[in-house]
Amino acid sequence: MSQTLFQKIGGEAAVDAAVDIFYRKVLADDRISDFFDDIDMDKQAAKQKSFLTMAFGGPNNYSGADMRHGHAHLVKRGLNDIHFDAVVENLAATLTELNVAPAHIAEVAALCETTRKDVLCK
Amino acid sequence: MTQLTFNNISYTCSENETVLDVLHGHGVTVPSSCRSGLCQTCLMQAVKGTPPATAQKGLKDTLKAQNYFLACCCHPNEDLEVSLPNQETARIKATVSSIEKLSSDIVGVSLQCEQPLDYKSGQFINLFKEESLARSYSIASVPAQDNHITLHVRKVPDGRMSTWIHHELNSGDSVEISQAVGDCFYTSGKAEQPMLLIGTGSGLAPLYGIARDAITQGHSGPIRLYHGSINVDGLYLHKELQDLSKQHENFSYIPCVSDEPVEEDNIVNGHVLDVALQDHAKLSGWRVFLCGNPNMVKAAKKKTFLNGAAMKDIYADAFVPVA
Repeated sequence: MSQTLFQKIGGEAAVDAAVDIFYRKVLADDRISDFFDDIDMDKQAAKQKSFLTMAFGGPNNYSGADMRHGHAHLVKRGLNDIHFDAVVENLAATLTELNVAPAHIAEVAALCETTRKDVLCK
Repeated sequence: MTQLTFNNISYTCSENETVLDVLHGHGVTVPSSCRSGLCQTCLMQAVKGTPPATAQKGLKDTLKAQNYFLACCCHPNEDLEVSLPNQETARIKATVSSIEKLSSDIVGVSLQCEQPLDYKSGQFINLFKEESLARSYSIASVPAQDNHITLHVRKVPDGRMSTWIHHELNSGDSVEISQAVGDCFYTSGKAEQPMLLIGTGSGLAPLYGIARDAITQGHSGPIRLYHGSINVDGLYLHKELQDLSKQHENFSYIPCVSDEPVEEDNIVNGHVLDVALQDHAKLSGWRVFLCGNPNMVKAAKKKTFLNGAAMKDIYADAFVPVA
């Protein structure tokens, strides 16, 4: 049986390993840190975990409408393609740091790409 | 099949249903989002019974210790009584045993509770003056060591509660308090883990409790406590903490004064967060506790995380002053 992308990357353990690394990267990235600089860092980290699970092709129940609803307030604050690209870039750097194969990283980026329109409320 | 009780109503939970399924199925509103055990929006607490470990994955150790769980992935294997987090709990009557002046604007209040209070050092209680006036105070005492519950109350300018406590409350008076709540406390299990504690002002109260609780529970890793104050007068447990560091090799106390020059050798000039981070540029593997001024706590959370502390190992309690 062929493995899913989520299994190939390492499943839940990979998400757990990636979440702090990824969150540190976006907080340190001046292009996007303002969107992530939440008062409640625990809640923000839990959101990152949901995002990573989805991006890794793991089990999730988010619909396109959820994506739009969840990001509408950020789009009002100016969230655009530049920020979206920066997030995907940080995610790829995180996975590289965790020694994930380039082919799998490309799959993750492609999966993120499918949500671009909904996230940016286009 | 198990019984699930919420708000005094019992529901039947079959094997393939989650707590969230059952409550939503009966029209009970429980906030939820991802329904995959990740976003933690559907956080609930079991007040009776123990939730399965699978429903606690990803939660902070202090939340697990209080039987918090995620409703969307909780398939109970025993009867549970559950509530939403931070619900106002039953009040407890207590008598003031002593009020002691600790600095020019902080008093220590010791309370004797009528029923034993189940608490962890570093959690907080709400103290009531009258029906609608309550303020939160952190607990500096240690259950295994102290007979009384001890709070450190700073005089807030025009503060209705703190003015009353400082000027009118006397030993022997009766007061009401809530159950202890909050997730800023020590959990056993990783006795060698190094710990960094940073607090300003009366934010020392929970840290003093947490440090002594950790020592009492046999913590063997280093415990570094940084206390910041604008002036020397505000270093209100200086002697006690110096004595504690003499008694326990793994405990050290670093007092910091930001707004007046100090000549004493053992007091550092500077802001407490700057001093602590200068000493600890790498915090990977550390457990961190941050209490006091909200701006300090917010900055410290971010900086200690960027310095390598894992999100799950950072515990914080911001003291927001309320008149």
